Amino acid sequence: MRAGSHLERVMEKGLFAVTGQLIPPKGNDAGGVKKKAELLRGYVDAVNVTDNQRAMVRMSSMAASSLLIGMGLEPVMQMVTRDRNRIALQSDILGSTALGVKNLLLLTGDHPCLGNQVDSKNVHDLDSVQLIDCARRMREEGKILGGEGFAGEVGILIGAVVNPFGDPFEFRVVRLAKKIDAGADFVQTQPVFDMNRFKEWMGMVRDRGLHERVHIMAGVVPLKSAAMAEFLRSGVPGITVPDNVIGRMAKASEPAEEGIRICVEQIEELKEMEGIHGVHIMTVDWEEKAGQIAEMAGLLPRPVLW
Amino acid sequence: MIKAEQKPVDEILGFLDAYKRILLVGCNGCAAVCHAGGEREVAILAATLRMARKKLGQKLEILEETSPRQCEPEFVDALAGKTEDVEAILSIACGVGVQALAERFSEIPVYPGVNTMFMGKTVEPGVWVERCQACGNCVLHLTGGICPVTRCAKQLLNGPCGGSRDGVCEIDGETPCAWQAIYDRLKATGQLDRLELFVPAKRWGRESRDRGPRTIVRGDLKQ
Ligand code: SF4
Ligand code: SF4
Repeated sequence: MRAGSHLERVMEKGLFAVTGQLIPPKGNDAGGVKKKAELLRGYVDAVNVTDNQRAMVRMSSMAASSLLIGMGLEPVMQMVTRDRNRIALQSDILGSTALGVKNLLLLTGDHPCLGNQVDSKNVHDLDSVQLIDCARRMREEGKILGGEGFAGEVGILIGAVVNPFGDPFEFRVVRLAKKIDAGADFVQTQPVFDMNRFKEWMGMVRDRGLHERVHIMAGVVPLKSAAMAEFLRSGVPGITVPDNVIGRMAKASEPAEEGIRICVEQIEELKEMEGIHGVHIMTVDWEEKAGQIAEMAGLLPRPVLW
Repeated sequence: MIKAEQKPVDEILGFLDAYKRILLVGCNGCAAVCHAGGEREVAILAATLRMARKKLGQKLEILEETSPRQCEPEFVDALAGKTEDVEAILSIACGVGVQALAERFSEIPVYPGVNTMFMGKTVEPGVWVERCQACGNCVLHLTGGICPVTRCAKQLLNGPCGGSRDGVCEIDGETPCAWQAIYDRLKATGQLDRLELFVPAKRWGRESRDRGPRTIVRGDLKQ
């Protein structure tokens, strides 16, 4: 046990893990965060709390994660390297673990020019692989970058994001290997819509035996409408949505239901795939549907472990 | 070389409001190569400024000079004779040149006439693109001779972010993804194994621009 988190126990037991997503508000309404979080209770093993997603100013992921802990829910606190240098990042790892955070998800983040602070001085002191390496060293050696020690222990499960749909395609498996070597315990993928490409990628992952070295959770997003599918395809970096999915959404008389059906079908397929250890359900501000999706996909009840 | 572009004429005019006699100094080094501050630009800018002031019914006397290289003390010294009765100096060299004048002529206000942009290369006449940020510890040996510090929007050193698609960067549909270019080049040169190497955190604070001015001392050349 590295972190003693619930998510870690689920994974170590070889159970199929489920994580949800909570996007902190563009504001400081703690009640709103709690309300959204309540919708996920019992349906997921842990909740990803995003870090100024899409480079928009929101409530900090550490604060929102802390609110979740107060409710007895387990956060996966996301941290991006975009906004903080290594001093702030390491300080936040110490601070968040002091508040009870046991799962971190470390990533680069979307570029500031895509958000609402385009004039910010973008940081990118470390890249995500370097931050993963840094977190692992804090956990395993009790040292910060540069080699100095600190008081206490950092018990964290380290997560990373991989995108099987970005280019250059062949590099995507190398990137996963680098993140594992650097210290990732689990990875979540960008949302899977293009199942063929995902399968091809998983084949490459298995060829290198990487699925034996890391817990891979496949990302899924329930679509609400054809417009949302189109927006994800053209407006969100790193996401591909194939024509057949767009077509199904466009033809559906109840697009929201169709979106959930597609999502459930994807989860069922992913559950059977060798090397997939869980799903990350990214509801994108549609938390009330997480339970329904988990139910329909046969993911309930979630295990209760001590 | 260093690339610069002229500031808007209105901004420059604003600097000069209070003056009747100025010295305009160009530079025949980088600023001339990128057509921002050479002899020709000195002449054009001087004419433009005179005309603009004339329209306002005010005279502006402009002495024109172009230094071979405004970043070298001996050439800056050579301007000493030209500053008599000059109320201000306008320099259209890069920021280094402007500061060299400000350091040398401590009694005279010095204004920049160009925005110093970056170190880059000429793509075609009239098009320049950044290629190096002088990060102080070059990694081009790891990246196929393509600079991720300058050309990747996130300065990633360990491979592309998730936003790289069809060879373009996530920031817009036009900027090439540096890591796609690095990948292609390493593939073409049979060096793809380099991508597997972990590149540790960079020492920006020691090697880069974040610590006040960096200094190189070559003892063998020092007098
Ligand atoms: S790695 Fe550094 S020194 Fe080398 S080209 Fe890039 S910015 Fe310049
Ligand atoms: S898309 Fe390519 S160039 Fe742009 S930030 Fe990502 S890796 Fe860097």
